[in-house]
Amino acid sequence: MSSTFDQIATIIAETCDIPRDTITPESHAIDDLGIDSLDFLDIAFAIDKAFGIKMPLEKWTQEVNDGKATTEQYFVLKNLAARIDELVAAKNASPGA
Amino acid sequence: MQLDTFQLIDRIVDLNIDAKTITVEAQVPQHHTIFEGHFPGFPIMPGVLLTEAMAQSSGWLLLGVMKFERMPFLAMVKEAKMRGFVSPGQLLTIEAKIEHEGSGFAVTSAKGRVGTELKCSADLTFRHIPFPDPALRVHMDAMARKIGFPLQAIAP
Repeated sequence: MSSTFDQIATIIAETCDIPRDTITPESHAIDDLGIDSLDFLDIAFAIDKAFGIKMPLEKWTQEVNDGKATTEQYFVLKNLAARIDELVAAKNASPGA
Repeated sequence: MQLDTFQLIDRIVDLNIDAKTITVEAQVPQHHTIFEGHFPGFPIMPGVLLTEAMAQSSGWLLLGVMKFERMPFLAMVKEAKMRGFVSPGQLLTIEAKIEHEGSGFAVTSAKGRVGTELKCSADLTFRHIPFPDPALRVHMDAMARKIGFPLQAIAP
């Protein structure tokens, strides 16, 4: 089974037509890969579907805008993968899971 | 259809909040200056207007599901297909369905038919935000009443 990072890297490569081998765990989706907010909607849709979650993009964006978080915490891919793992774990731990 | 003001949906036929589906009707006008150029001797509805009609149908559905607390704005059009001509005077029936509700965005699919014949389809992505201006909310409420939005469907 491929890692969370591998799955999101594949989604980004296919969604944004970025060569897969240029996407690393250290890549910043915005600063390094040049993904804009519209493309990120597409990526979020694909990630939500692939992992059965709802990434809280609005909450993350608000935290960044309020200075409570940095973009690196959510948009460096190894960190994004960790956030996704947390969301999947929370979903699996919920009573309805 | 009020083509001059871009109000393309005439009537909501069915809104199912639980199933996240909507069916609407849009009467293509018999006469409009658009048809003078599109096209002389062979008037048909432009594909961009069919796409907009599918987007507005999806928009009313999203407004209902979000209980008029947020306003959807079209962000992305995928797989837009104009499958047949839509002519002046025809009644277009559009069905839309929410495929995914994300954080601050939603994805719908929509299909437009004349009678039983499929004329257009598209996958649409919307960003949605709290109403940016009270005047827009007032306008949408007025439009909702005009097209028969079933307010009881979103009652608490």
